[in-house]
Amino acid sequence: MNALHIKKGSTKHSAYNLRPTFSDVEEKHTLAVLVENEPGVLARVIGLFSGRGYNIESLTVAEVDHKGHLSRINIVTTGTPQVIEQIKAQLGRLVPVRDVHDLTVEGAAVERELALFRVQGEGEKRVEALRLADIFRAKVVDSTLDSFVFELTGSPEKVDAFADLMRPLGLCETARTGVAALSRGT
Amino acid sequence: MVVQALKDQGVEVVFGYPGGAALPIYDEIFQQNEIQHVLVRHEQGAIHAAEGYARSTGKPGVVLVTSGPGATNTVTGLTDALLDSIPVVVLTAQVPTFLIGSDAFQEADTVGITRPCTKMNWLVKDTDMLPKRLHEAFHVATTGRPGPVLIDIPKDVQFATGTYTPPAKVVEASHYKPRVKGDPDAIQELVEAIETAEKPIFYTGGGVINSGSAASQLLRELTDATGFPLTSTLMGLGAYPASGKSWLGMLGMHGLYEANMAMHGCDLMINIGARFDDRITGRIDAFSPNSKKAHIDIDPSSINKVIPADIPIVGDVAHVLEDVLRIWKARGRKTNREALAKWWKKIEGWKAVNCLKFKNSEKTIKPQYAVQRLEALTKGMDRYITTEVGQHQMWAAQFLGFEDPNRWMTSGGLGTMGYGVPASIGVQMAHPDALVINVAGEASWLMNMQEMGTAIQYRLPVKQFILNNERLGMVRQWQDLLHGGRYSHSWSDALPDFVKLADAFGAKGIRCDNPDDLDEAIKEMLAYDGPVIFDCLVEKHENCFPMIPSGEPHNKMLLGDDKAEDAIQGAGAALV
Ligand SMILES: Cc1ncc(C[n+]2csc(CCOP(=O)(O)OP(=O)(O)O)c2C)c(N)n1
Ligand SMILES: [Mg+2]
Repeated sequence: MNALHIKKGSTKHSAYNLRPTFSDVEEKHTLAVLVENEPGVLARVIGLFSGRGYNIESLTVAEVDHKGHLSRINIVTTGTPQVIEQIKAQLGRLVPVRDVHDLTVEGAAVERELALFRVQGEGEKRVEALRLADIFRAKVVDSTLDSFVFELTGSPEKVDAFADLMRPLGLCETARTGVAALSRGT
Repeated sequence: MVVQALKDQGVEVVFGYPGGAALPIYDEIFQQNEIQHVLVRHEQGAIHAAEGYARSTGKPGVVLVTSGPGATNTVTGLTDALLDSIPVVVLTAQVPTFLIGSDAFQEADTVGITRPCTKMNWLVKDTDMLPKRLHEAFHVATTGRPGPVLIDIPKDVQFATGTYTPPAKVVEASHYKPRVKGDPDAIQELVEAIETAEKPIFYTGGGVINSGSAASQLLRELTDATGFPLTSTLMGLGAYPASGKSWLGMLGMHGLYEANMAMHGCDLMINIGARFDDRITGRIDAFSPNSKKAHIDIDPSSINKVIPADIPIVGDVAHVLEDVLRIWKARGRKTNREALAKWWKKIEGWKAVNCLKFKNSEKTIKPQYAVQRLEALTKGMDRYITTEVGQHQMWAAQFLGFEDPNRWMTSGGLGTMGYGVPASIGVQMAHPDALVINVAGEASWLMNMQEMGTAIQYRLPVKQFILNNERLGMVRQWQDLLHGGRYSHSWSDALPDFVKLADAFGAKGIRCDNPDDLDEAIKEMLAYDGPVIFDCLVEKHENCFPMIPSGEPHNKMLLGDDKAEDAIQGAGAALV
């Protein structure tokens, strides 16, 4: 194989910055895909994943630049290095896709997810839930005499950990936004 | 507005079929003379005709169909064009915007259905956006890796008036600008590899043809100057002339022995506009095990998709070859001559195997012989060939020689039976005075034979050369090799009388079943000024060789006289 260094920046022409393709270790990557904000684009991106058998672990999408007509799709996906490179190349060649960033290889990135949890319980369990929520800096956004709705923002791991703790304490409903991610620094 | 946009795009021919939702556009077409509309007999015919038109001219093919069934009938052709990277623009009519989503008469979610089989598609709900989308469609279909683009136009949008935007403005504003220049470092690396390679080979594909005539010209120059051997995929035939001294013939599953052996044994493989399709590679882990691989492709996703590239070059073939040639010349036109001479000697040895030899017969026409005679009697003519899909297609690829690009139209990636008849019509529309022959199998030919009506109506003298083995020959061959000779439903039973059929359409019918009469019969076909259906009754049980059994590497090729049974084993049997 040729030099396999990873360049920072756009990975649209990712054939040039390959990592070793012979590994079969599955990796998790967070991709930020800038797309033109028009109908059908999300369907095209999702169709690419289902049609070619790629995984989607998390997907979020929202308009980020109204004037520029741009939306940002954050996708968390898993696959071998070869599959990840192929996913990026496939995304990059879609006509309405402006740019593809692989935040996982482009240096440090912040990943955040917002989640809402309804936790039902009384007595000691209710108190414990509130105490843990405080430790996790989760906010109480709704409460009744026997339930809370907590709002938590954090990395997906933090959200997972909080959900695990709440389960024995009466967790009965969860809503998560999926991951939004940005690279650190400039 | 639609017609204006087509005119501004330089469109001369539209292949189409009307219906309720498309009537406003058809009304516009009626009131002008610049664009010719060809009324096909089935919408699948329209899109294959447009593909034939596109492949033989290098210009995009244009299709116009109505909503619902008109649109869904184009799906096979869209997929075909996507896999073979053929620029076509398909305009589908849609029910009016206020009826969308109500299961209205002849409503279909056309953009939803065609999303996976188009390079891009748009539903246009705003008349002002219509010209922009139309021009963008042509831009996208023809730029980068070409492909099919579909525009879905609701009937009320067709009726409404809006502001027209000219093409230049749209292209300028478009964000779709694929890179055409290759990376200079990678090109440098390729030139160095060319200078030292001991056993090099060019492996070229449809990308050379898509890149335009300059690409074929540069390829010829580079190949002849280096003296490297060259092989091509099914899609790339004609980019390098069959009479050229470097030509090894087609490679792949039914490719030539020398081409496949050279691919297996080379130390430098220069892939130009091909995509390591499974028909080419055979078993991946045993594919050309000792070679350094350079891969030139305009589509970044082609590179490292199947076979890792040591020298990846993303760019347009013509641009990259121009750079390669310039740098190679500037550095003194070096090659490793001594090693190259040895390499050619080895190749000559493989050529001596004479892999295309077949046992001819005095009683029955062997299909290979029929194609050989066709080649001999049409050589040097202004000739375009289309094919259907099956054994006859492979024999055509093996036995016909192509001297120029854009002369060979076949369904490669999708393998669409029924492609050839309409494609021949599209080609003849573009080249009214040329000789256009569809080399067909009887089964495939029946799939879109209704288009003979189109040929008659527009006086298109297409020659339908049917190798009639009364079998789904390629299926029969696989059943022979793989399923113990249990020929499940691979007969062409209850065939029509093709001569009478020709008569019924108003074409000329010719039947031939005797090798002695074949030349005269072919000459009669060529001499006739009008469409001909030639029913060539050939040997029914002939298999197509050489063949790389699925799941096997290139050096495990079967030749005609090998015992073919049990050739495909284990995991290979699950492959297609
Ligand atoms: C639309 C379609 N259906 C099925 C097939 C599978 N298939 C490939 S070749 C073949 C037989 C073709 O028979 P014929 O046209 O007579 O050609 P021959 O192989 O006999 O030369 C079939 C059924 C296909 N390629 N396309
Ligand atoms: Mg047949």
